[in-house]
Amino acid sequence: MLNVSDLDVWFGDPPDRVDAVRGAAFSVAQGESFGLVGESGSGKSTILRAIAGLIDSWSGQIEVDGRQIEGARRDRGFYKTVQMVFQDPYASLHPRHSVDAVLSEALRLQGMGDIDRRITRLLEDVGLGKGFRFRYPHQLSGGQRQRVAIARALAAEPRLLLLDEPTSALDVSVQAEILNLLKELREEHGLTYVMVSHDLAVVGHICDRLAVMQQGEIVEIMSVDALRRGAGEQDYTRHLIAASQ
Amino acid sequence: MSTPLLSVKNLCVTFASRRGDFQAVRGVSFELGRERLGVVGESGSGKSMTGRAILGLVRPPGRVTADRMELEGQSILNLPERRMRKLRGSRISMVMQDPKFSLNPVMTVGDQIMESYRLHAGGGRAAARKKALEMLNAVRIRDPERVMDTYPHEVSGGMGQRIMIAMMLAPDPQILIADEPTSALDVSVRGEVLNIMDGLVRDRGMGLIFISHDLNLVARFCDRVLIMYAGRVVESLPARDLHNARHPYTQGLLRSQPRLDTPVERLPVLQREESWRSGELDPLPET
Repeated sequence: MLNVSDLDVWFGDPPDRVDAVRGAAFSVAQGESFGLVGESGSGKSTILRAIAGLIDSWSGQIEVDGRQIEGARRDRGFYKTVQMVFQDPYASLHPRHSVDAVLSEALRLQGMGDIDRRITRLLEDVGLGKGFRFRYPHQLSGGQRQRVAIARALAAEPRLLLLDEPTSALDVSVQAEILNLLKELREEHGLTYVMVSHDLAVVGHICDRLAVMQQGEIVEIMSVDALRRGAGEQDYTRHLIAASQ
Repeated sequence: MSTPLLSVKNLCVTFASRRGDFQAVRGVSFELGRERLGVVGESGSGKSMTGRAILGLVRPPGRVTADRMELEGQSILNLPERRMRKLRGSRISMVMQDPKFSLNPVMTVGDQIMESYRLHAGGGRAAARKKALEMLNAVRIRDPERVMDTYPHEVSGGMGQRIMIAMMLAPDPQILIADEPTSALDVSVRGEVLNIMDGLVRDRGMGLIFISHDLNLVARFCDRVLIMYAGRVVESLPARDLHNARHPYTQGLLRSQPRLDTPVERLPVLQREESWRSGELDPLPET
């Protein structure tokens, strides 16, 4: 589903160039859930943003669903396959657009018909009733907002979801609801996930495999079973695991 | 036990709204000694508001009432601003969540620490500089001479948080209120910041109120924990017993966290009960 190799991402020009990601390589199979973990500044979100087309200063290969991607330009077909959910549902929803406006815009952009029925369906999928359709973001709790953001991503009927710390702005009880929802959606829709998180327990709950990043490089790719056993090959991985127990 | 550092009884914070009064904090009571007291709860539980009320930082239209709010036996409830400013910083200090928003962006780190010290302790620039360097050393900042001359945007998040702590500690407060001091930090840096605060409680006999949403962190780090829900303390217990908590809310919170060592297919979701808002668990044993 997703193949990344020799990925370098940088910001700025020499002499102030910062190499945010260096030589990253990983692949994610159809239907798999893959985690990217690391501390802030390790480059995990940067990889996600490069895939999504939010950064154009990168080199290497990114292949989504068998198709090579270049620069920051993405065609409509790409966004039918790949969608992203951001960390902060307070920032990622327009404060003056109702849920209805957010979802119908996303549907219209994807050239979908039958918008009325699809919105009802999307709201049901993410566990919000029809009653939420005409609400504004300020009338929603953090968890409800994140559900709307997930519904917006699902509007395109994508196959690959890029999740950037989808629960780190939420309380633990709400986090549990959203994590359960993400698990259900993956089973129901056969989705592939790439999830960035600094929380190893969250990654352990959602993902099958993960890459550990440190200072822009992937230092280790491991299975979640190995993560649970604390069996990192690198000192850094073991250090991260120990610090999060 | 001698007079506690801080004694709070029946603290309420009320905001008048169009639909009547809203109580953000509803009858919170506790005593703080020279210990690490954790205050845990979800957003909106009133934990931060409790901290702000103690410091007199609740702005109108918010109203603070209490049967008692005493700092070493002296009432600090609704003191006039002029007198409160004398206490704030010098005797009770607060570390906020995000150093990015709490440090002055156009003033060097050194000047900010020196200002906070001179405001409370007086003294000349030379003495303040010496103290500031000493504080930066205390929070284990390498090369403090260099850091003194940097601006907040030039330091990392973890360093910013340590600078905040250094600044709050310069006037030697008796009580430090730390509101989510490590939430914005990475796990490895978090450990360092906690160690620093731990050392301060031990070495200086400071009282620490540690406000956090992270139950596991509080269980490991604090001596005693208050669990807040909807503006009330629903349970109070020694931190080491947190995993045997009796209140269904506390139990629910603990269960809803994913754990690396015990994988589950679905996470148990918290079912909130109306009775948690008002019902007493049962009379809380004094700890």
